[in-house]
Amino acid sequence: MKAGGAPAQVVEQALYEVRKAIHPRAVHGWFAGWRWALVWATQIVFYGLAWLPWNDRQAVLFDIAHRKFAIFGLILFPQDIIYLTVLLIIAALSLFLFTAVAGRLWCGYACPQTVYTEIFLWVEERIEGDRPARMKLDASPLTPRKFALRAAKHGVWIAIALWTGFTFVGYFTPIRELWDAVWTAATGPWETFWVLFYGFATYGNAGWMREQVCKYMCPYARFQSAMFDNDTLIITYDRERGEPRGKGTGKGHCVDCSICVQVCPTGIDIRDGLQYECIGCAACIDGCDRVMEKVGFPKGLIRYSTTHAMEHKLTRAQMFKRAFRPRVLIYSAVLWAVIIAAGVALWNRVPLKVDVIRDRAAISREVEGGLIENVYRLQIMNTSEAARAYRLSVSGLPGIRIPGETVIDVNGAASRLVPVKARIAPGVAAAGTHRIDFGIESTDDPRVAVREKSVFIVR
Amino acid sequence: MNEFTSSFWDLYISIITLVSILACGVLLVAQSRRRVAGGEAETTGHTWDEDLGEYNNPLPRWWMWLFWITIVFSLVYLVLYPGLGSFTGLWKWTQVSQLEQETARHEEKFGPLYERYARMEVKALLAEPAALAIGQKLFLNNCAQCHASDGAGSRGFPNLTDRDWQWGGSPEAIKTTIGQGRVGVMPQMGPALGEQGTKDVAHYVMSLSGLAHDGIRAARGKPLFAQNCVACHGAEGKGNPALGAPNLADATWLHGAAEPVIIETITRGRTNQMPAHQDLLGEARIHLLTAYVLSLSQK
Repeated sequence: MKAGGAPAQVVEQALYEVRKAIHPRAVHGWFAGWRWALVWATQIVFYGLAWLPWNDRQAVLFDIAHRKFAIFGLILFPQDIIYLTVLLIIAALSLFLFTAVAGRLWCGYACPQTVYTEIFLWVEERIEGDRPARMKLDASPLTPRKFALRAAKHGVWIAIALWTGFTFVGYFTPIRELWDAVWTAATGPWETFWVLFYGFATYGNAGWMREQVCKYMCPYARFQSAMFDNDTLIITYDRERGEPRGKGTGKGHCVDCSICVQVCPTGIDIRDGLQYECIGCAACIDGCDRVMEKVGFPKGLIRYSTTHAMEHKLTRAQMFKRAFRPRVLIYSAVLWAVIIAAGVALWNRVPLKVDVIRDRAAISREVEGGLIENVYRLQIMNTSEAARAYRLSVSGLPGIRIPGETVIDVNGAASRLVPVKARIAPGVAAAGTHRIDFGIESTDDPRVAVREKSVFIVR
Repeated sequence: MNEFTSSFWDLYISIITLVSILACGVLLVAQSRRRVAGGEAETTGHTWDEDLGEYNNPLPRWWMWLFWITIVFSLVYLVLYPGLGSFTGLWKWTQVSQLEQETARHEEKFGPLYERYARMEVKALLAEPAALAIGQKLFLNNCAQCHASDGAGSRGFPNLTDRDWQWGGSPEAIKTTIGQGRVGVMPQMGPALGEQGTKDVAHYVMSLSGLAHDGIRAARGKPLFAQNCVACHGAEGKGNPALGAPNLADATWLHGAAEPVIIETITRGRTNQMPAHQDLLGEARIHLLTAYVLSLSQK
């Protein structure tokens, strides 16, 4: 209780709030053009690639049931998981690099959440009208017209979402068969589930959740902020030029038209400075530039700039020069090194894999003539698409050889388990374990060859 | 099923579980709004490092609904599934019943495949590469641990790729061997024969299969063999598949052909066991395995 005053008024404060609907105004301009270019690029690839044929199969198909992952001419098996790891490392390093240079570029232009929200917003605008019309519609009571508009919007959204779900599943089960199955209601239970699940996720995230995904759910959005430094390009309001806001003499260039707020898909005011909600989509730059054009001020009141450039009034050339700082150079160097290494590894990849599994229980046995024999299982995986024959050999001990059949046929993109024996004459090796090597070589192409080590046990 | 020694533990667990869930709900209600002095409503009231205030950035309301959904989910779960002491849940779910269901589904899926082969003769299956491929998988999973991946066995574990069958090589005999198992017992003859007698018999046995041996000892061993061994191994040492008594006159030696090994076999006897697989694999799989095992010696 304050001395000499009335008791402080106590108020209830909610720690949870209802989301305020955000109706971003449609925006056109240079950066909006880039955003749409990426919408087209990513979606043409996503929706189109699944339908691309390659010889007599789908060009890109991740066949989980048969553990075969086809990407154009490349067939990957679960043993190639290292390439997935490398791909993820490349993706992560790219994210680091782009974020260090120009902030949340990924979020603003390429993230599926942004891309689908962009598509859904476009649909919304076509059906319900621009921002003011949508806000009016929100506020109006439910009339037949409102119902019709809402039904049409959700209908189109759901159609896009289901098509997205269908395409997604089409990468895991042949899409043409899936297409036929859809029309005869013959899709399998898991196919149906994933089409609906992924469709629902698209509809829910792009239609309803929108900026909340970035604000409350996305982990990348949070850790990207940690990669910003004073030389990172961020979307900046030029306070010095803009303030004080308003129209008339003695005021800055900001005419306080609030266009930058109206176009913002996360509903923030960029003039308050860098905020965690900002996904870096640059819609406010496009919006502000148009206004500046109209009122006759130079563009770029809101622009890509850096904290450092703002503080020290650097020219653009000086600012871009500072982009070449150690962290950017190191990220770039590591990224290129990984990309080149992955490229070389893929180029030199031998389409043959062999696992040698030594029989664990039958350690070593004596066969006719006192010869000593060990038994192995060779899992031979032919990762090329043509059937091949392979010649087996063994080396590492004097006179060691494989009795019986040494040429093995394996179908294309298939694997075969072959029990193989290796024999030595008595007395050529002391009791104990001896390192040996199995050689597996294609009979028609000596470059397709693999050596696998194992041990030979004498007792 | 109540696995507890006292019903106290049922109550103990149930109460802790329900009270915890309830407490989560109470905490959620208590923490969804707070009372603060007017005029200071901007911050949460937390102060860090003396003067650092924390603004109230409310979470979305749907987030709170997620918490309520988890509470409702847990209560529904506890009604349907076992979780509260020995209450079995309305759905009567158990791990065993789930296993049984999955096994039944598996049988339903693969049963017809085995069924088709089960109706065919073993000899006819030898010409079916697909059947033999399944047989090989079964063999590698169930038999290769002892008989080796190629079926050629190892010391003490018979070679299945030769035409020498300890218990008979007809499809029926092989099927019985796999299904019912076999126990081959060679009794301990050391005490009856004595050290020299054992050695003499050993040399006679070696002479049967044409191994290098001491002729005098073999001659001395012959009558001893006739007295002690012919009951099982036969007068010529050709063995008896009905008893699992091995043929001693061939080149196959289960435990080894060296003199000391043969002496040890005679002195201390051997007990070899092939486990029964009827309950584990069932008739249809054993049928396929029989064909595969038979195919090993057909090459």
